[in-house]
Amino acid sequence: MKVLLNHPAREVEVKGPRRVRELLKELSLLPEAVLVVRGDDLVTEDDLLRDDDRIEIRPVMSGG
Amino acid sequence: MRCRKCKERAVLEIPRHHTAFCKSCLTEFVCAQAERAITEEKMFTKADRVLVAVSGGKDSLSLLDILHKLGHRADAFYVDLGIGEYSRQSKAKVESFTSSRSIPLHVHELKEDEGAGINELADLVHRPTCAVCGTLKRYHFNRTAVELGYHVLATGHNLDDEASRLLGNVLHWQTEYLDKQGPTLPASMEGFAKKVKPLFRLAEREIAAYAIVNKIDYIVEECPNSKGAKMLLYKDILNRLESESPGTKQAFYWGFLARQKADEQTRPSMAEHDQAVLHPCVTCGQPTTADVCSYCKLMARAKKDGPAPVGS
Repeated sequence: MKVLLNHPAREVEVKGPRRVRELLKELSLLPEAVLVVRGDDLVTEDDLLRDDDRIEIRPVMSGG
Repeated sequence: MRCRKCKERAVLEIPRHHTAFCKSCLTEFVCAQAERAITEEKMFTKADRVLVAVSGGKDSLSLLDILHKLGHRADAFYVDLGIGEYSRQSKAKVESFTSSRSIPLHVHELKEDEGAGINELADLVHRPTCAVCGTLKRYHFNRTAVELGYHVLATGHNLDDEASRLLGNVLHWQTEYLDKQGPTLPASMEGFAKKVKPLFRLAEREIAAYAIVNKIDYIVEECPNSKGAKMLLYKDILNRLESESPGTKQAFYWGFLARQKADEQTRPSMAEHDQAVLHPCVTCGQPTTADVCSYCKLMARAKKDGPAPVGS
């Protein structure tokens, strides 16, 4: 699956299927500091992500 | 995961409340928390005109959205700091948000009115950009709210902002700042706007989720000047604590507020304290503890040291 990360913006490819919590662990991201968006929808840590999903990891800290 | 309230598909788990919400129950939860803050902390009523300081970020745009959902009369105020592409993008988000909802927007342009953007001004006065930014924003927020006759100025500070600021103040024992860390600061004297933080009960993650499910188009990038800022480090530390022990941030900040309230009877009120130490700035008339306020001092220094005309 394609995973878009922010701060700085970049895209990585991650093999699916896997749960959101596993993806965050693999990317060394703290669940409290990010939200995971699939398409237009927020997903929770137990949701299953598939190979053809397009995912955005949105940091909750932004602006200034 | 299912919504604990209506059993629809959940979009956000909130471990500190042992719950999870679907889109509509999350929106309801966020609005209810903001309303509770407004009522319990006596921030304002539906008869009051509220000026919301907006940056184009998730917190301030969500606050404006929530206040309108709750039936409040809230207008927007944006300070264009002139930080290149970042300011252009954030201003465009603010303009698009307010025009699509017919919300009146007031704009202060630093480059027009002060003659230079925030980075140039900070260079001229040899001070950290974030410190100069804070001085300028506080000054214009207060002055605009007072001059345009708003009852109160609201900012989008959330639980994470307040907990991390409290952590910074406590780590350095800056006890003089603690009195001003409440969610409601009174209009203690002529020229001082009442200031409120209606999102202090909500975590940054809950507000970001609210913005996404309500399709609020906000600026996701961080301010380029915030790189390496101590506040980001404190937020990261608190997020690590929160992950291990949900509820840590609220226990820390709300616990502080409870202790502050318990001490109220034994200390002079903030209004009494302000009236004792503040008076009008000899240059601009805004309240200050010195003869000349920090904004006027800063602008005088920028004019003296600047190669080009700065301000009017």
